[in-house]
Amino acid sequence: MSESAQKMVGVVLVSHSAAVAESVAELAKGLAGGGATAPVAAAGGTPDGGLGTSAELISEAAFAVDQGAGVALLMDLGSAVLTVKTLLAAGDELPANARLIDAPFVEGAVAAVVTASAGADLAAVEAAAKEAYTYRKE
Amino acid sequence: MGRAGQHTGAALGQVSESTSVSIKEIQLLDADFFRRWMTAAAASVDREAERLTALDSPIGDADHGSNMQRGFRAVRTVLETEEPATPGAILQVAGRRLISSVGGASGPLYGTLFRRAGKALGDAAEVTEEQLTEALRTGVEAVTALGGAAPGDKTMIDALVPAVEALGTSFAAASAAADKGAAATTPLQARKGRASYLGERSIGHQDPGATSSALLFAALAEAAGE
Repeated sequence: MSESAQKMVGVVLVSHSAAVAESVAELAKGLAGGGATAPVAAAGGTPDGGLGTSAELISEAAFAVDQGAGVALLMDLGSAVLTVKTLLAAGDELPANARLIDAPFVEGAVAAVVTASAGADLAAVEAAAKEAYTYRKE
Repeated sequence: MGRAGQHTGAALGQVSESTSVSIKEIQLLDADFFRRWMTAAAASVDREAERLTALDSPIGDADHGSNMQRGFRAVRTVLETEEPATPGAILQVAGRRLISSVGGASGPLYGTLFRRAGKALGDAAEVTEEQLTEALRTGVEAVTALGGAAPGDKTMIDALVPAVEALGTSFAAASAAADKGAAATTPLQARKGRASYLGERSIGHQDPGATSSALLFAALAEAAGE
């Protein structure tokens, strides 16, 4: 964080619902604390505002948050996961350093954004998000 | 089925008595054939959209018909505007369009099927039935890898796998096998996708994805005139 030009890992939050994606982005950025946070983009719902997954919104969001340090994509379920996997397989629909992060959506998003905002690299962001699976609630 | 005689005999290995017959036996499928397939699929999905959504209502989120309709309408449009010239290019363009326009799990799944099959066909101007069968087999394997479903999980795989197996016999046989596979999903309990959350309550309903897969193979047989 010493260099103002330091590149941060971008985070994309993919949900079937635009409201969920945007709210989780707000939550994660809020919990990342004061100061500049890593770039976060919500890719929720379909372009017409319905529930579902939009490959185009995901692709746009990923390129928008790509500063060159990697892009972490977190998804809720079903078609969101399948669409991100398919875009990764396509090769040219996401930034070259984009990665699917297998993590719980809300907890993983918070961990990813907090970690990325601290200037961590993509591997550390992924590890932090995945670790959210180990946090038990009872 | 209708238009008998147009492409018959190819797979049965009949002894040919003239050169023209033997040429037909190595039935080559050109770009027009693949355009007919996609157009027939779009028309079929349009006709059956309500039924697909009705099937998706008790065990899914009641959007399969409208999702497929949006996807295949987009395919029809892109084939007119981009005019891909080879079988492989047509399937890849169609697959890409399905991925970007469907909005549900069937988008990446069918998109992967067509894109992988299209890639497997390369840039040949014409392909054999055997090459198409192999390409679709590759596509179905990619769908399995992506979605993680096995036969019997009450998914599109239950129609796609037997259809590709029967494609070695004829297009009509593949269509019949897909229909049979789709019908056979009714007594199954879903183990993949949203329907799996319903547990035993998913039993007794035909799977919408297997049903739309059967429509795609019916459209293929239609394109072949079988």
